[in-house]
Parts: sequence; C-alpha cells; structure tokens
Amino acid sequence: MHFQPLVVSAYTLCTAAGDGRAATLHALRERRGGLRRNDFSHSPLETWIGRIAGLEHQPLPAHLAAWECRNNRLAWRGLLTDGFLAAVAAARKRYGAHRIAVVLGTSTSSIGASEEAYRRLEPDGSYPPDLRRPIVHTPHSLGDFVQHALQLHGLCVTVATACSSSAKVFAQAERLLRAGLADAAVVGGVDTLCGSVLFGFNSLELVSPEPCRPFDAERRGINLGEAAGFALLEREPARGPRFIGYGESSDAHHMSAPHPEGLGARMALEQALARSGMQPQDVDYLNLHGTASLRNDEVEARLVAEIFPAGVFASSTKGWTGHTLGAAGIVEAAITLLALEHGILPGTLNTRRLDAACGPQIRCENSAGEVRRAMSFSFGFGGSNCVLAFAREAQA
Amino acid sequence: MTQLPPVHVEGVAFWTAQLPDWQTARAVIRGESLPPQARIARPTPALLAPTERRRAPDTVAVALEVGMRACEAAGQDPAMLAAVFASTHGDLAISDYLCATLAATPALISPTRFHNSVHNAAAGYWSIGTKAHAPYTALSASVHTFGNGLLEAATQALSAGQPVLYVAFDAEARGALASMAPSRGLLGVAVVLGVETPAKPSRRLTLTVAPCDTPRPTSARSPAASLVAHNALAPCLPFFEALADPSPRALVLTLGEQLELQVGLQ
Repeated sequence: MHFQPLVVSAYTLCTAAGDGRAATLHALRERRGGLRRNDFSHSPLETWIGRIAGLEHQPLPAHLAAWECRNNRLAWRGLLTDGFLAAVAAARKRYGAHRIAVVLGTSTSSIGASEEAYRRLEPDGSYPPDLRRPIVHTPHSLGDFVQHALQLHGLCVTVATACSSSAKVFAQAERLLRAGLADAAVVGGVDTLCGSVLFGFNSLELVSPEPCRPFDAERRGINLGEAAGFALLEREPARGPRFIGYGESSDAHHMSAPHPEGLGARMALEQALARSGMQPQDVDYLNLHGTASLRNDEVEARLVAEIFPAGVFASSTKGWTGHTLGAAGIVEAAITLLALEHGILPGTLNTRRLDAACGPQIRCENSAGEVRRAMSFSFGFGGSNCVLAFAREAQA
Repeated sequence: MTQLPPVHVEGVAFWTAQLPDWQTARAVIRGESLPPQARIARPTPALLAPTERRRAPDTVAVALEVGMRACEAAGQDPAMLAAVFASTHGDLAISDYLCATLAATPALISPTRFHNSVHNAAAGYWSIGTKAHAPYTALSASVHTFGNGLLEAATQALSAGQPVLYVAFDAEARGALASMAPSRGLLGVAVVLGVETPAKPSRRLTLTVAPCDTPRPTSARSPAASLVAHNALAPCLPFFEALADPSPRALVLTLGEQLELQVGLQ
C-alpha cells in the first residue's frame, strides 16, 4: 500500500519569535525576529539565542508535576496554544484514546534536568530530592509527558535523530495510520536550551557570536533556539492543509558534517517530490534547513540552485527562531503551513549579502503570493535527512 | 486490536558479555550449554577502522556488531536496508560525562563526545560504516522501547515492501545518573525483518497491537535471564527466548501503560 495523504487538522508552534500561529505570522510579516544575546546559564557563551520568555515562572499543573522540567514546561505551553489541547480532546472523542498515536521528536529531551541535578548533587553524590524522578532523565520524557497530558493511550514513541527528529515524525505517523495502527496522530517536537547543546555546539565551533545570517556570504555559524510545535494528522474528511509526501535518507558520510555534494539531501528531496507527485516547478515555497553554518548552507544552496527553477521562492527562517534542533522540523513545517494558508513568503532575516553558492531561488526579502504547494527541509547530525511536502487545503 | 500482516525473521543477532553471539545465546537459552565463564568487555565490530574500534562508545560498538551479524545471517546487504535503532537511554556513559563536565568545566566539553551523545550516534556510525543511504530512525519509549522498535521495524518493512534491520541496545549507567536510569552491562540485539518468503527457513512473525487495562508481558525464564536482567533492554529477552525455540510460540511485550504487543512466532 502506498503513501496516503493526510490532513493537518490542527497545528501550533511556540518559538522565540512568538507563541502561536497569529504571533508567528505577525513576526514573519513585520520581520521581527526573536533572537537575543545569550543570557542562558550561569556562564553564558558569547552568542545569540532564541530563548522562550517566562518558562522559569510557568510550572506544570499539579497533576503533571511528576514530569516537571524546562522541556516539558515548553511542551505544555505548546499544547495550550492555538487550541491544540481542545483539538486533540475532540479527536479523542471521535476516535478513542487508544486510536491516537503520539510520535514526537527531540534532540536532547529533558537532559537539562539531569544537568541541573549534577550541579546540585547532595553531599553524598546523590540526586537532589526534587529531581529524583526517573522519567525526566530519559529521552522518552517528552513523549511520555505529552501522552499523559493529552490523556491518550495509543502508540507513543520519542524519535531522536538530532535535527531531523520532528520532521521524521510525520513520516512515521503516516505509516502508522496507513497500517491501521492509529486513526490520528499527534506529531511534533520540543527542544529546550541546555548546557549540553550550547557548550557542545560551541566545542564544534559552530555557534555564531552575532545574530545568525543564513546563506550570507559572511555567515559565522548558528544560533541555538528552543521551541515546541505540534500537529494533528487525520485522514479526510478532516479539514485543513494536507501532508502530501516525505523523503528520508542518510548521508553515510560524517557524524557532524553534511555530505559535500548533498547526496543524502538530494535523495530525500527526490523521494519527497516523487511521493507527492510533484515536479520541482510545482513547488511554490521551500523552507530550507539554512542553519547559517558554513557547510550546511553551502551544500544546501547548491542543491536548491541545481534542482529548482528560478521562480521558486526559498528561504531559511532561522533568523527568527534560531536553530531549534529536534524541534526544527515541526517549527518549519508549521511556518510552511502558514505560508500555504496565508500566502506569506518569508525571506531570510539578518542576511545582507547572499553566498555565491545561492541561486535566484533563495530570497532575503519577504514576499506574498499564492502558495499552493510547499516543502520543508531538515538535515541532522549523523547524516539524517528528511524532506516534507504540504499542499493547501483542497477547495470544496 | 489491530493485527499487521506477517513478516519474516530473516536473521537474528545477540550480544552481551557472556553471550557474545546468537549461537551461544540460543544454546544457553535452550539449556543446551552453560554460559561461558569468560566475559568479553565489548565487541570489536569489523565495520569500524582499528583506531575507531577503540574510540567508539560502547553503544556504537554493540549496535554495529549485532547489526552486521543480523545482516550476515539474513544474507542481506546492509547498505540496502532501512534501519530502526531503539535504545531506552542512549549512551548513559556519555550523558554522565556531559552532565559532570558541564557542572565543573563547561568550556572543556569534548566535541567528539558531544556529537557522539546524540541518540542517533549508533545509527549514524552504522550508515557511515555500511555506506547505507537508506533512511534510519532512532527512537526511545522508556520501558516499552523494545516492543515499539519492533513494531516500527515491521511497519516500515510492510509499508515499503522491503526488508528492514532492527537494532536495539542499552549500556551500563555511570555516575549519579545510574540512580535514575539504572542499567547494567552492555546488551545489543538485532533482527532483519522481511516481507517476502525467504529461500531458507525462517520464522513467521505476526504482531498484534491490543489495548488492555494492564499489560501482562511474558516473563523471561531461560538461563540467560540472569545475565541480562539488570540491563534496561532486558524486556527484549522473552522475544529471543521464543526465537530460540523452533516450535510455534506466542508472547506479549509491552507498548505502553495500556497497550500490549501480542507476538506470534511460527
């Protein structure tokens, strides 16, 4: 049985650029990004970050206190945005709690809680009592929390393939629905700022000391960000934009650098085009991975220039949000859906002079127009690539 | 209840310190031989260059070892297979290192250990070592990890009509984190699941997802049980006990707090 298009019946996102679809749309239109100087942790590195304001003062409700940690706080904030919780509750009534799968992506899940425990170990070397909760010290913290928060009892897994995580969840969910293992799926992802990623990416010399400039000839690296995003996938006759295809591949090249010719990325892209029945000229908008790292942007720009006609509008939105790692897939899928629904074509924020590798497809300035079909690219450490394809809601 | 069409178990692999291959593990599970006294610290997978073999994290070493052995047993070219990697906790030694270093000297984080800390590190090294451009995934589902990975591998095989490699592993916990994510020893397992009836004898695997009030997973009861009981992936053992028994078997793995995976092996 082949791929079956699904309907995105609800979706939401929380990033440094804003909470929810309306705030994100406004930030995109006004070109108001959410990056700020790094003020995270006790010894902040010289870089900029996409930090979500106020999480420190938003504890989880008492019935979910067992999952308390920054990552699950952000997940909860995401679930409360754009009526997502209510949309899932309605789906639960329609299908039953056992028939809705939860497939979520993250890179570091709640390792920030483990980091905190190590900073506050008891004199005997044991965990501080408030952090003696095993569920927040394992990668499935995210999936387990969201499933409980949504009162669902179907399949539930946490996918962790670095920066492609919350794109790949769309593919996995589609296969589950096609196999009859679920009638709907909550997909998405959450990643929060923590010492591991800030100091880890710094050790790889990948973080920029200034606001990130994707595809800029003088780009200096990435800005880390945190985000939550969710989508509810159902079959027709549900209403909403459609998920029409995906492609997945491996670079088989290097743990932390992309394939120099973008071989894996190209395979994922070609697969996504084939699965969605599109030719490159059918795509109106491309939301690129565009992290502002030297290698990624060069490889990705060449691939876009080679495959797509000049009229395709392509951009990276990481100048608004930072690179949200395991949440990047869902954040950029959500921005792609906003483009489809509202005809906004976001440019590439902060970028002043495009790299010579860029073709005419990659734009700095915003535009507007009819967006019928669009794609989102996500590429991760370990050479894991995923490309998603979406289309505007079918007109009745 | 939802039952998937059957798939075939084309190849099996197993590695833990006293049961360093499937033949040895199967014989001990069947009670045909005693576990060897010798404990091997970790496997030395041929996929890695000699210098990398020493440097690779334990999780990577064991995942590559069982992945390769399962492909050999199945007669499949690993470069052609999509793969599902599952691990409850990922590499706990690296997590302990990161947390301890961040607490003391954050600016001294090792870049290699940082990029090896991603949950898909073993999958990434696998794809690099085998030159597999086919997609992989890497997942975790707490105590339900093994069953969810098995179901995902079967679902992928059926949806693509192609064989899929399934690798699961968990390693020894270190430092203070061991109190929250307990796991002892190194354990890796793998199967290749195919959709077409293979030329050589194989087991037919039928998976059924069933809602329940409380899952009642099959307990491990073979002489191998005590050798893996304290590893986070121990819930996988009943599946391998059933594979070791040539007669038809049924067992239950957990998928969630109210969901079980009924497994039929013929």
